[in-house]
Amino acid sequence: MRPLYEWITAVSAWIIPFMIVFIPLYAAYKRVPVYETFIEGAKDGFGTAINIIPHLVGMMVAISMFRASGAMDMMAALIRPLFDGLGIPSEVLPLGLLRPLTGAGSLAFTTELIKTYGPDSMIGRIASTIQGSTDTTLYVLTVYFGAVGIRRSKYALKVGLFSDFVGFFAAIIICLLVFGS
Amino acid sequence: MVNFIWLFFIAVSFIAAIVNGRMEALTEAAFEGAKSGVTVSFGLISVMVFWLGLMRIGEDAGLLRKIAVLLQPAVRFLFPDVPKGHPALGYIMSNMSANILGLGNAATPMGIKAMQELQKLNPEKETASAAMCTLLALNTSSITLVPTTLIAIRMTYSSAHPAEIVGTTLAATLIATAAAIAADRWYRSRYKNKPPKWKDRDTAATNSSRGEPPAIDGQGKGEAVV
Repeated sequence: MRPLYEWITAVSAWIIPFMIVFIPLYAAYKRVPVYETFIEGAKDGFGTAINIIPHLVGMMVAISMFRASGAMDMMAALIRPLFDGLGIPSEVLPLGLLRPLTGAGSLAFTTELIKTYGPDSMIGRIASTIQGSTDTTLYVLTVYFGAVGIRRSKYALKVGLFSDFVGFFAAIIICLLVFGS
Repeated sequence: MVNFIWLFFIAVSFIAAIVNGRMEALTEAAFEGAKSGVTVSFGLISVMVFWLGLMRIGEDAGLLRKIAVLLQPAVRFLFPDVPKGHPALGYIMSNMSANILGLGNAATPMGIKAMQELQKLNPEKETASAAMCTLLALNTSSITLVPTTLIAIRMTYSSAHPAEIVGTTLAATLIATAAAIAADRWYRSRYKNKPPKWKDRDTAATNSSRGEPPAIDGQGKGEAVV
């Protein structure tokens, strides 16, 4: 696993500098006025980022309130007995609720779990796996659809949350199988 | 669905704040959330400006079209309704590769650019097209080969094997992505057979425009005509 992991990290380190150099070089060869084209395309970036603000503010206010009011802890307390019954360490439960809502929040929570229980404990491993295996569904939906002005997202949110749900339990089961004593 | 979730969060928060006596914290959290919404958006400006500039060069040089044609068979399955060689496919591929390599600040601008290209093909500008939903499904479950942030955190807390979660993460992310694609497919075919209600309402309103009152109360478009 280690050489493959190192190889991928190396590729990740090289790919962006490579793109920054290769794309303009190739374009220059194709007689594209590279700098003017860059400026022309870059202009769109500002507006796109600004378009996202109302969407992101709306969503983040709701999520922030949800956490601060203690509603999330109450929800976790409600589900906890179910986890205990299944033999799943219930310490990771809030992470399952937090992960689709906030990337920074769930990362902070994962770090807290790793700090408290140790990175090589079962809880630390499960938390790491959950955190790494999916992206923040609500953030992705807000940003991607907000940027192009989509108001009716149809079934997209249901699909995203379903995949989070599957990924959460997949992470737990896989960790229990792989690292289980 | 988004309307419901949003309302749910706010209403439940209010009730929970009453029960837990955290009304002051709630106010603070609301403004804190608004602030971080703006902060995150501003953080996006630099990467968006830079990547969109660079990708425009790639687009004008015909690179994206080339990538799109090259990887045609793979994306054909996921995005059957995007025309062959359309630049959207090039952006989708760049977005997916950036996700796989864990290049978060490159993945988002390319994903947004892909959305903008898909929007050009979208007949109803305020409703997500099937291809947009698929792209979103792929991004919410995001396949990542190396979760670099987590390895770094595990190293910070002196893990004996910081990278031992690479395998489990990959397995979990593959399962989550497969679930996302399957669910997306299922909903896609359901929506194709049964168009959403508001569409029926629109056609009903235009059919009955000769004096007859519309079958369902015609708010919005109908009112503007009057």
